[in-house]
Amino acid sequence: MEPINTFKGKAIALPIKDIDTDQIIPARFLKTIDKQGLGANLFTDWRYFEDGSPKPDFLLNQPRAQGAAILVAGDNFGCGSSREHAPWALMGYGFQAVISTSFADIFKGNCYKNGLIPIEVDESLHTELLESAAADEPYEIEVDLPNQLIRLPDGRTATFPIDAFSKKCLTAGIDQLGYLREQAAAIAEYEAGHLDRVSTL
Amino acid sequence: MTQPRTLFEKIWDKHVVAHEPGSPAVLYIDLHLVHEVTSPQAFQGLREKGLKVRRPDHTQATMDHSIPTTDRSLPILDAIAAKQVNQLRTNCHEFGIPLADLGDENQGIVHVIGPEMGLTQPGMTVVCGDSHTSTHGAFGALAFGIGTTEVEHVLATQCLLQNRPKTYEVRFAGALPKGVGSKDLILALIARIGVGGGTGYVLEYTGEAIRALSMEGRMTVCNMSIEGGARAGMIAPDDITFEYLAGRPNAPYGDAWDDAVGRWRRLPSDEGATYDKLISIDAATLEPMITYGTNPGMGIAITQPVPDPASAGANGESIRKALDYMALEAGKPLLGHAVDVVFIGSCTNSRISDLREAAQLMKGRKVSPNVRVLVVPGSEKIKKQAESENLPEIFRAAGAEWREAGCSMCIAMNGDQLAPGQYCVSTSNRNFEGRQGKGGRTFLASPLTAAASALNGVVTDVRTMLG
Ligand code: SF4
Repeated sequence: MEPINTFKGKAIALPIKDIDTDQIIPARFLKTIDKQGLGANLFTDWRYFEDGSPKPDFLLNQPRAQGAAILVAGDNFGCGSSREHAPWALMGYGFQAVISTSFADIFKGNCYKNGLIPIEVDESLHTELLESAAADEPYEIEVDLPNQLIRLPDGRTATFPIDAFSKKCLTAGIDQLGYLREQAAAIAEYEAGHLDRVSTL
Repeated sequence: MTQPRTLFEKIWDKHVVAHEPGSPAVLYIDLHLVHEVTSPQAFQGLREKGLKVRRPDHTQATMDHSIPTTDRSLPILDAIAAKQVNQLRTNCHEFGIPLADLGDENQGIVHVIGPEMGLTQPGMTVVCGDSHTSTHGAFGALAFGIGTTEVEHVLATQCLLQNRPKTYEVRFAGALPKGVGSKDLILALIARIGVGGGTGYVLEYTGEAIRALSMEGRMTVCNMSIEGGARAGMIAPDDITFEYLAGRPNAPYGDAWDDAVGRWRRLPSDEGATYDKLISIDAATLEPMITYGTNPGMGIAITQPVPDPASAGANGESIRKALDYMALEAGKPLLGHAVDVVFIGSCTNSRISDLREAAQLMKGRKVSPNVRVLVVPGSEKIKKQAESENLPEIFRAAGAEWREAGCSMCIAMNGDQLAPGQYCVSTSNRNFEGRQGKGGRTFLASPLTAAASALNGVVTDVRTMLG
């Protein structure tokens, strides 16, 4: 994985609460055995009519969305199914970060594993960002992962939480599996010490 | 004296392999379940890194999501689904993982077959690349869904990196009234706490109403924990649990069984153990529940009117959007609303007790000619059991379709799906937009409510039919 440190991108707003992963990428696209190519179907049922033509009202079909890298979405983003196809689709489209007041647990974990940054902000800033990112003027936000900050165009900053381990892996470009594999001796010792349970199956 | 601990804490503590400061805990996984949709990229990752599966003996695969529920002797017509199914076969063969393939006596929905095969046991950690892994918590296991990258982690190391979640006691005092079941109980909880109410928590269901539930009923409850945002939900094991497990193919036997039961009896939360959060609900006040909206938290008692967005405060906009999609009017009850399809199935409600309940109501009656009714057993075993009790005859005589085991119209990946605009009373767990087919509209409810609505062709309060 490429290390992620600081990046700047255009933010757009999707002010809907509880967006579930079935909306992000519907199940009929999960028959793939790859991670690639899902961006084309991101939010597909909100984005396209039955005949495949774009719905002009939907955010991603508006000129403002061109080149957007940050999605500001409503509370509890990514709830429902555990499908990792959701971050794959968001990243395939070109998003590098999602801003909300809260994220569903499994979705958040999946984001960290893939380098999509979930950014939690408080309600008042969230309301402000939803508005600014919906304005006609392009609205650019800088994400500073090492310092856990977002920087707004007017220079103001806000911090966001991320666990130290995920941050370390993302900023150094380390695959978490590498860390787990280094624990091989401890795992073997654990298995030997819990034979009664480990051998039940 | 050691500190009193909860069920969750006992299982967590026992499974921590290592925990370095500044890093998440390395948690040992006892049982890893695998299905065709969320695993291909994980196996590909192993291949690229030249890794093996560490414990194939703690891993079980099956096919459930993208497979047809029609005649199994026919080839899969959807070429992309066929490729995915074949990929799982290849992966299981290459990495030495047992697979309950199509036609195998153990094939079925992953969360149905784990318990059925006796793989899911109290005190275990259970994971699967599937959010409804919470189902297995009904056995007093710590069970939760993971993403595909984590599937690869578990395949390679049998461990996961996890931050410790908080605990949430959900207490159901009192006894459930007639016609009100485990599905109503969990829908009532989610309506109360919302789809994000359990985020960051592991739920433990306690109280008299939970103790009185069968294992099937407990699985229905734990299954939908994720719909309240909680990755895991659990219920302390008791004699009902042990009775269910005894004699199952993978359960311990002989002296090992006695030892295991001895250990399992020490799992329930200690007297005086505390939780980070608590909610208490009187089960005796519950009614049959139904959802009107586009997430499982948008549920009401079946006699209630659909809420008015104008008086719903902060949720108003979400409800307005949902009612628009559902083409429903605020302030009107759902009772009497026409239904096009009824789906009885899914990892929430496709077990033998669910099918028996539906069959009992449908016996000697006909479903409404306007309604297509699908009954889809959760597994091959359930299908066989139902056949031995002549349930398929009852369903067919009533005018319902009896299908092969799988996820089917719960997720609509296999062609079993709603047409745009259709209304469906479904015993599954998600009413998200398009979940049961693009443009389809889902009312989530219990098997009894589904069967009653199938017979009348409209949303029905089953209590009016129970005599
Ligand atoms: S029945 Fe539905 S919810 Fe359950 S595992 Fe299958 S698709 Fe997922």
